[in-house]
Amino acid sequence: MTITAQIQPTFEAWRSKARELLRHGVAPENVDWVDASQTASLLAEEPSCYQTTPNASVKVPADFLRLAANVCAHTDERRFDILYRLLHRLTIGGEKHLLSMPSDRDMHQCNAWARAVSRDIHKMHAFVRFRLVGLNESNGREQFVAWFEPEYRITRLAAPFFEKRFASMDWSILTPDACVSWDGEKLTFMPGMSRHDAPSADAHDDLWRTYYRSIFNPARLKVQAMQSEMPMKYWKNLPEATIIHDLIGSSEKRVCTMIATPERPVKPMPDNAYLRTLHQRRTKS
Amino acid sequence: MDLTRKLEILADAAKYDASCASSGAARKDSRDGKGIGSTGGMGICHSYTPDGRCVSLLKVLLTNACLYDCHYCINRRSSNVQRARFTPEEVVQLTLDFYKRNYIEGLFLSSGIVRSADHTMEQVIEVARQLREVHHFRGYIHLKTIPEASQALIDKAGRYADRISINIELPSQQSLDRLAPEKNLTNTKQAMHGIRQRIDESLEAKKAARQILNRPRVKAPAFATGQSTQMIVGADDSSDALVLHRADELYREVRLRRVYYSGFSPIPEPSVLLPIKPPPLVREHRLYQADWLLRFYGFDVGELLPKEEPNLDLDLDPKLAWALRNRAVFPVDINRASQELLWRIPGLGTVNVARILAARRWSRLTLADLQRMRVNLKKVMPFIVAADHRPRIALLESTHLRQHFLPGPRQLELNFNAPPPTTPADAAMALSGQL
Ligand code: SF4
Repeated sequence: MTITAQIQPTFEAWRSKARELLRHGVAPENVDWVDASQTASLLAEEPSCYQTTPNASVKVPADFLRLAANVCAHTDERRFDILYRLLHRLTIGGEKHLLSMPSDRDMHQCNAWARAVSRDIHKMHAFVRFRLVGLNESNGREQFVAWFEPEYRITRLAAPFFEKRFASMDWSILTPDACVSWDGEKLTFMPGMSRHDAPSADAHDDLWRTYYRSIFNPARLKVQAMQSEMPMKYWKNLPEATIIHDLIGSSEKRVCTMIATPERPVKPMPDNAYLRTLHQRRTKS
Repeated sequence: MDLTRKLEILADAAKYDASCASSGAARKDSRDGKGIGSTGGMGICHSYTPDGRCVSLLKVLLTNACLYDCHYCINRRSSNVQRARFTPEEVVQLTLDFYKRNYIEGLFLSSGIVRSADHTMEQVIEVARQLREVHHFRGYIHLKTIPEASQALIDKAGRYADRISINIELPSQQSLDRLAPEKNLTNTKQAMHGIRQRIDESLEAKKAARQILNRPRVKAPAFATGQSTQMIVGADDSSDALVLHRADELYREVRLRRVYYSGFSPIPEPSVLLPIKPPPLVREHRLYQADWLLRFYGFDVGELLPKEEPNLDLDLDPKLAWALRNRAVFPVDINRASQELLWRIPGLGTVNVARILAARRWSRLTLADLQRMRVNLKKVMPFIVAADHRPRIALLESTHLRQHFLPGPRQLELNFNAPPPTTPADAAMALSGQL
């Protein structure tokens, strides 16, 4: 018979449910995974439907747990199902070497999801932009807020990085599906918010754009290379992205001007003691 | 001059240095609540400019005034560019402000040479000192050093920085004499040796500390964890073989982390001594590929660039070009061959080779397995034997094999001003130019 496993779409919820199912030896084809946040009515749980008595706890390699944490953060509906099948094969099924079989179908699928999620985490670490909103009068800590729109449910997975790096400031990162803030003591997670709750500009954005404009070399335009690393979906929250079009549009003219510039003659060596020693050594050797 | 204008000039002056890496630093963070920042593991690219380059560090010059006359450089004394100078405090503040907003991983500071090498180094070091000692900055710091600076100053720079570098600029003294008359290859190599020695000593000391205290985390690096360099290609007539032999020598002798190859690109203040036409960008790309093969795939320079062909094939990647010259090696059986041999198959990277080695312990691999590992089948098929595949020997021996791999008509660069063709038929028309 089929068991309905209705869980909140988090790794923790999946893990505890999967552990329970596995201890009762439930086969993957008999489980119907349902995302509780996506269904309106709560389906009735069937607690007594297990046909066997529970086994002792099951052990899985740490690599699997790491993989599962990433897979659960994905949004594909089939993730819990396939992940459970993988877990079942790895343990009860006795396929111990499964994790080193990237060519296996289930592994291939889970690896692809995990890769997409870890790329999204990486991009979040890169593209979050904090904005200064104030100063905590009592302890002198600066307060920053950022708005970010990740593709997957990665706020929890991405947060520890910011904690390590920005421990001495107060900060919050708001996203549509979850928010996190740090006060110097602990990370606090809250439900998602809307972009209107976040500040839209920072006094330093202009200076940052100045830097971005100046470090760009118009003689080496490679727009595709830029876009493959910084896809346009992230642009709307990057202060520097507002000038990308102008930079691309004006680059040809800038290069033409460079090429048309008359070559500068070589100026004579100034009178400087240090320079003289360099040139003396040269003529000697 | 206001700060914005200074930033404009001094970032513009720094952009010709290709290195941007912020990886490989010792692990450190600011969870103790003092200071700010963290490093360790992979560096992060916080943005990309339309030239496809990663923006990871605040890369600026302390000043673009310079006594030297390096002809490929916009800051040389013969250039008429506007000059500017940051105070150390200004750079420190900019770094912190940018860092807190998560724009950057840290600072890459370099400088034009004013008064003397030592004087300039002292200024550069002062910025790093303030960041580390006054503000407890634990982000990434890369300092450019001057080979003629005293060893004591280089040592000091290395104590604050995660990475230090000296640019070798051109592969031979002959080219330097012509294009960078103040620079000296022997001095540069000597200074690199000095740095290597310090890095080694610091590694030894860390190892010892770990053994005694059994504490794997060292608070701050006692010395930078790596050094790198940059070579400009296309400004002189050095061959790729000369460039790569020099790089290879440096990897071996001073254990550089990276050699950056920077294709000479036109600058707003052109010199009479330099070619107007820049080298094709793809040359730089091929050099990076070849460099990768030297460091991670067990190739020698001589294999990639035999005497009669001192320049890399611009149309084919260097491993493929090697394979076409050494067809007798193939086909290679992916279910049996050694790691070293698998590395030599065009289209297989080290990651996929590791996957193949792991997976083939349990089953004989087929083409479908390779496809699931995201291997480019079209590229590898002529060179491999798999459980369900043998290449046509005729193809491996035919003269058409090179043709088989030549790139198709060049992909058009994405252009924002021209809207993309709407239907595939339109696109085909646009490519062929026919109605
Ligand atoms: S030393 Fe040479 S490369 Fe460096 S800033 Fe001066 S002119 Fe440019």
